[in-house]
Amino acid sequence: MTPRDATPSAVASATTRPTEALPALASTTDVTVAGQGRPAPPSWLAVLGARLLAFATAAGWALVGLAVFVALWYFAARGSTTVPGPAEGARTLGDLLSRPFFNETNDKGIGLHLYISLRRVFIGFGLAALVGIALGLIMGAVRPIWSALNPLVQVLRPVSPLAWFPIWLYILQEAAQAAVVVIFITALWPTLINTAAGAGAIPRDQRNVARVFRFGTGAYLWHVLIPNALPHIITGLRLSMGIGWMVIVAVEMLQGNSGIGYFIWNSYNALELDKVVAAIVLIGIIGLVLDTLLLRLSRWVTPEEVHG
Amino acid sequence: MTIQISGVRKSFKRRGHAPQDVLRGVDLTIRTGEFVSFIGHSGCGKSTLLNIVGGLVKADGGSVAVDGQVVSGPGPDRAMVFQNYSLLPWLSLLKNVRVAVQESRPDWKKARVDEMVERYLTAVSLWEHRNKRPGQVSGGMAQRAAVARAFAVAPRTLLLDEPFGALDALTRSRLQQQLVDLWDSESETETVLMVTHGLDEAILLADRIVVMANLPYPSVRTVIDVPIPRPRHRTTVVHHPAYDAIQKQLVDLLIADNDAERVGAGAG
Repeated sequence: MTPRDATPSAVASATTRPTEALPALASTTDVTVAGQGRPAPPSWLAVLGARLLAFATAAGWALVGLAVFVALWYFAARGSTTVPGPAEGARTLGDLLSRPFFNETNDKGIGLHLYISLRRVFIGFGLAALVGIALGLIMGAVRPIWSALNPLVQVLRPVSPLAWFPIWLYILQEAAQAAVVVIFITALWPTLINTAAGAGAIPRDQRNVARVFRFGTGAYLWHVLIPNALPHIITGLRLSMGIGWMVIVAVEMLQGNSGIGYFIWNSYNALELDKVVAAIVLIGIIGLVLDTLLLRLSRWVTPEEVHG
Repeated sequence: MTIQISGVRKSFKRRGHAPQDVLRGVDLTIRTGEFVSFIGHSGCGKSTLLNIVGGLVKADGGSVAVDGQVVSGPGPDRAMVFQNYSLLPWLSLLKNVRVAVQESRPDWKKARVDEMVERYLTAVSLWEHRNKRPGQVSGGMAQRAAVARAFAVAPRTLLLDEPFGALDALTRSRLQQQLVDLWDSESETETVLMVTHGLDEAILLADRIVVMANLPYPSVRTVIDVPIPRPRHRTTVVHHPAYDAIQKQLVDLLIADNDAERVGAGAG
């Protein structure tokens, strides 16, 4: 049971309680049983109703929050000719989404820019995941390698990934490739560090079992190291994807002629801030979708009950 | 398979404390086929000694030799059962036993592996629950799986570290019986070393009881023989003439150690 399920079922049992009062009248011994025992499982209709109610409540409050935000925005932007208000932003967003994939010599649809940025993030993130997980497992499992690499990681990790951009732009001579490398560097640290932490914290019991029963490298990897590290790995991947998606915008604003970051900077240069607003909305939605997908993945791979 | 423990020393350093000499020159010879219990208060080093015999902990000095071979690390010839079951939570009970057998006995053919896994899971009445994961069964069942795992690798010596400490009394006595039955059966396991907190458990199961103690006593205070013939049963063993005397001796020794500890703590 995920914690998310707890509230609706509690609501459901509360709604079914009145029907419970009837059998309680049967006998004196039954009164205590019915009073203290678990109520009968609520019908699926009651569960569905309670869930719908809970969802509607949450959605209602979300709308309230959104409305307040839009109102504040409306009043802040009122009277300005350059800063777009909510209505203007929404109109531009609609326009941009009406033909997202047009492709002309000097102009591209926003969908195409987003696709280009996503592709770069996925390539950089994918490479970082491969390297980060493999290296992280080794770092966590082998103490000397941890000692050798950890100081280096700790020094490089706080560096803004954008600082690497000039070097890679010079080496690769191409902004698109340099952007992918920057995303790789960005996405490497969270996955690497989390994987290493997970692989380094194997319960002593499990290590003892592996030693007494002489687990080979394969069995140790599959049955001890990876299952223990897996939740940490997924957490690392989520963080990596999150900042990868943030950094790509900045990288593309620096140099290049495609991607959502380029689109934003180009719109600024043409003083079309309404397009910037529309892009921000889309970037936010895509980021949310990416994070939700990885969260799903983490719920799927994390064992429900971890024992001993 | 004689286990020769000679002059084993071990001390633990803790930050801000004087080093604690837990094992102060332990000499002990355990003969093939013996069941030996180790009893004593916490901190007396009984688990540490077992772990040194198991090869999981290195002694500061002295040595442990099994049939003349000095122990340098853990291995399936000295299979262990730990206090916290120590099953891998993501594997079924069957796979927990299987993987241990496959890994520790790489020269066994598949048929032999299958046979041993089934034999010992059946012996601890878990065969029908074999596909459940440790989190889906009770503590007693999990510990039975750990016992099955230890027996299934055909160890000559079995090392048990307070294996039944976390279980309720009824489950514990049932498991004690199963353990003795397995040891008596045609299993390859001849010698058993068991750390315990239970006086009754020690008398019921052991041929000899090693009473261990904290300072100011030597690590091994006394070794008590249990001359009660086998098979023993927990309901009849208490009527044996030797039972009361052994129990009284154990209680006296453990209380004396406890008092000494209190005096020591008061002085320190």
